[in-house]
Amino acid sequence: MQRTTREEGFRTKEDRLKTLLMRGLAGENAAYQMFLTELSAHLRAFLRRRLIQLPDEVEDLVQEALLAVHNQRHTYDPGQPLSAWVHAIARYKLVDLLRRRAVHETLNDPLDEAMDVFSNSDTEAAEARRDLNKLLADLPDQQRLPIVHTKLEGLSVKETAELTGMSESAIKVGVHRGLKALALKIRGFL
Amino acid sequence: MKTDDLISMLAKGDSSVAGPPAGQRYAIAGGLGAVGAALMMLVLLQLRHDLLQALWLPMFWVKIGFVASLAGASLFAVLRLSRPGASLDGVMLILALPVLAIWAIAAFSLIDADPSERSRLFFGDTWMVCPLLIALLSTPVYLAVFRVMQDMAPTRPRVAGFAAGLLSGAIAATVYCLHCPEMGAPFIGFWYLLGMLVPALIGAWQGSTRLRW
Repeated sequence: MQRTTREEGFRTKEDRLKTLLMRGLAGENAAYQMFLTELSAHLRAFLRRRLIQLPDEVEDLVQEALLAVHNQRHTYDPGQPLSAWVHAIARYKLVDLLRRRAVHETLNDPLDEAMDVFSNSDTEAAEARRDLNKLLADLPDQQRLPIVHTKLEGLSVKETAELTGMSESAIKVGVHRGLKALALKIRGFL
Repeated sequence: MKTDDLISMLAKGDSSVAGPPAGQRYAIAGGLGAVGAALMMLVLLQLRHDLLQALWLPMFWVKIGFVASLAGASLFAVLRLSRPGASLDGVMLILALPVLAIWAIAAFSLIDADPSERSRLFFGDTWMVCPLLIALLSTPVYLAVFRVMQDMAPTRPRVAGFAAGLLSGAIAATVYCLHCPEMGAPFIGFWYLLGMLVPALIGAWQGSTRLRW
């Protein structure tokens, strides 16, 4: 019986998050923000349980995984369970971190249940140790300015283009490349 | 930056996804690469002089069928490996089928042949250059396909790089068929495969560093 309830809860969660993501991918920002917020809580719980010996890394990794979900959102296929996609990303980022730190002993928990990723939720964010603002400040202007104006100050692409003298397509490309560069910087490779 | 601030940053502006879907992007990259490989082939190697007669020989189409189906199979693998959490069931089998088929034909032709003919069926006239030329022609395809994959999210970068390299090798080999005079199945099953494995191994090697995200 207990198993059934768990599965039902998982289905509801899966459907809800998927709806929010699909609305977000169609351009609905509020739904997308809600998706990322709820997802971050699941990622936090998922990663916290797997980084028992590295509690300080959890929030940094949550941010890294969120950035990866955003940058790689075009690889989600609506025909695929959302949990499988999210789980694969979270697992990849977790293994990547451990590989970087070469601390494979902390893998004291099997990592292969896609259901686990939505089964718990943790909204209590610790302080991230790494400051993304600092990394952002290091990006070249043609990436940094589009991100600062459209993603932090909330200007439209058109307004940013007028303000910076860049073309509208250069703004869009700058945001895309800048966020990818940010993800690489986090990994320590740029 | 707090996680909530990161979330509002990511959600602000345009959250929709631009650009064609993965399958289309790989098809465009493979197509452009094939054009590049064809130009290289025409300039450096020329078409085989008896191409029009060869079109009537079943072995010519067996050869094309082998490399083209391997290209299709590796495109399938590339698409699966580009997407986190996609099932990899059957990928190995689909990749193995064209190879096993050409090996079966090769084994049959070796058994069927006169013992003195066997080494010719295997070595042909061009075994020394064939793998190198296929690897050379795969360069433009490889560059285009690898670039697309760098914008995807392979969670197994080494395997994904291998598949991307194999795809470029198979497309290059298809182009190479229009030049290559060899018609022995044992030749195709070994030297062609070797040529296609060169970019695949380079892909696996590069994937472990350049396909991480």
